[in-house]
Amino acid sequence: MIQRFLPLIVTMMVLVVGFLLCAAQFPNFASWRVVGNLLTDNAFVGIAAAGMTFVILSGGIDLSVGAVIGFTTVLLAVLIEQVGLHPAVAFAVALAVGTGFGAAMGAVIHWFQMPPFIVTLAGMFIARGVSFVLTTDSIPINHPLYSDLNDVAWRFAAGGRLSLPAMLMLGVFALSMLLAHWTRFGANIYALGGNRHSAELMGVPVARTTVAVYALSGLLAGLAGIVFSLYTGAGYSLAATGVELDTITAVVIGGTQLTGGYGLVLGTFGGVLIQGLIQTYITFDGTMSSWWTKIAIGVLLFVFILLQKGLLAVWSDRGGEPAEA
Amino acid sequence: MTLSSSALRRNLPQCGALIAVLLANWLLFPDFFSIRVQDGRLFGSLIDVMNRGAPVALLAIGMTMVIATRGVDLSVGAVMAISGAIAATMTQAGWSLPLVLLAALGAGLLCGLWNGVLVAVLRIQPIIATLILMVAGRGIAQLITEGQIVTFVSPGLAAIGSGAVLTVPTPVVLTAATLAVTALLVRATALGLMIESVGVNRLSSAYAGVNTPVILIAVYVWCGLCAAVAGLIVTADIRGADANNAGLWLELDAILAVVVGGTSLLGGRFGLLMSIVGAAIIQAMNTGILLSGFKPEFNLIVKAAVLMVVLLAQSPALSLLLPRPRSPANARPIAAKVTGKAPGKAHKEGSAP
Repeated sequence: MIQRFLPLIVTMMVLVVGFLLCAAQFPNFASWRVVGNLLTDNAFVGIAAAGMTFVILSGGIDLSVGAVIGFTTVLLAVLIEQVGLHPAVAFAVALAVGTGFGAAMGAVIHWFQMPPFIVTLAGMFIARGVSFVLTTDSIPINHPLYSDLNDVAWRFAAGGRLSLPAMLMLGVFALSMLLAHWTRFGANIYALGGNRHSAELMGVPVARTTVAVYALSGLLAGLAGIVFSLYTGAGYSLAATGVELDTITAVVIGGTQLTGGYGLVLGTFGGVLIQGLIQTYITFDGTMSSWWTKIAIGVLLFVFILLQKGLLAVWSDRGGEPAEA
Repeated sequence: MTLSSSALRRNLPQCGALIAVLLANWLLFPDFFSIRVQDGRLFGSLIDVMNRGAPVALLAIGMTMVIATRGVDLSVGAVMAISGAIAATMTQAGWSLPLVLLAALGAGLLCGLWNGVLVAVLRIQPIIATLILMVAGRGIAQLITEGQIVTFVSPGLAAIGSGAVLTVPTPVVLTAATLAVTALLVRATALGLMIESVGVNRLSSAYAGVNTPVILIAVYVWCGLCAAVAGLIVTADIRGADANNAGLWLELDAILAVVVGGTSLLGGRFGLLMSIVGAAIIQAMNTGILLSGFKPEFNLIVKAAVLMVVLLAQSPALSLLLPRPRSPANARPIAAKVTGKAPGKAHKEGSAP
């Protein structure tokens, strides 16, 4: 049991210690306002990262999430501002398109036996390409519902607010944990990521699970796109470039193995917040340049991977060779 | 790899795609194949394709070796930015050209060494091992340029990007030279065979006496060096280093070129020349879309469509569905097990993760 939870414990400890160190340096850091903003600013990355966790647990990867987020913002802007649809309808369309897009990629991956890396790379090109074709301009969204939704927030007594995007992210993570750890679908994903062949022999519906995993990632990327469009109030075809990397990094820092089969959804939440914490620290400091974010995240990635390797080597002692990567 | 009829048939989809793209360009733009000499160097759309495609082709050479070992190098774009940043910053500070080149290439070598050690010694999965440098590398490049776009005046360095050797643009010459050296290293010696064997099964290769850590490190170092040369070309071309954008997303283009060229991401058999063909297809499409007056917005969609067509043509699932498989070497493990004709050639064997 401890083996399963150790990476999560380490991730959470890094998050807490990191937060305490920040708070020790800047007294204003330890406030509900900062915590609220940390959750709001990273909401779209978090939602997409939850989807990425499932994909990686199943032994795959989804490079298209950033492009799907960008595409969703453009689609929403076009539907609301140019077609004149009500935002609620536009949201439903966007979620359906994201889900269908993910399912299509999953189908290609399963039935044509093509590597997920390449299929989702093509998906990334298609999603970005279609958003370029729709528009290359940044379209502002001025629907009154947008400002209404942005006002929805749960205010802390001590100042600061838990915005709608932050609540959505927390909800997504709660549901994802339920899905991953207490449903048959979740068990199937772990089985598939552990060993595809054994899973098949055990009776796991490989085709259905693979398609569903990518569809889920597409759905959550669509939701992340909606949150991003609420957050920025605009649709832009270059929005959320490179978010797929942020999400993969968050998943790895969260203790999930990229080979699939091992990891916890809650770890990804920690990974997202650690990345956000680094960014917030650099904003607070004011004198440090933005590139230190990248270097710090790179170093963290390295440390976490080494740690996991070390833990794995200790556990798989009786096997001699550590699992071939 | 001898150019047997089966090899020829295997490479048919890519070569066909390249010819089709070139012909489409020619139909849209009748002057496409015309080449003229002006100011002591060749000019023409075809030359432009080769010149613009040089960085991705260079990356594809190194990437082919890495992918053949069942790895992938996501950091090449960041390595390009680092080598470019070093070259521009040192030139601006007044260092001599040979030292600048040496430092830039040395940086690429070190980056490759880092990746190689992570993969070979620490046994980290290549996609994560190189993700570290992909994320941190661009930060390091920005650290070197201090976040500025560093411009420089140096005819010597600029010649690497925009000069010409015997009328041929320098980037094309550099790419051809790198290809020749790499091909000689892997095909005239047993090195290529060892790389393929590590890709097929790392453990068996080690038992068979292949020094797998050295092979793996060498492959990543070579990939880093190729990326450094590509970074020099890009920096020399714009006479400045933009740490944010130099080589951005080129790692994906390079992987695409290699995969379109028919090298499997599962490792094993690789085709250097076909990777260059893959890079040429990508660049010919880019140039074609620009020439045809289509909006460049369509670029990505066309790229994705061609990619899917070429990949589906090579898809093992599809060749099983078809009544007669195009070539025995392409068949899936089931067929390889049944015929067992050429055990050394059943490179695609091995359980997919």
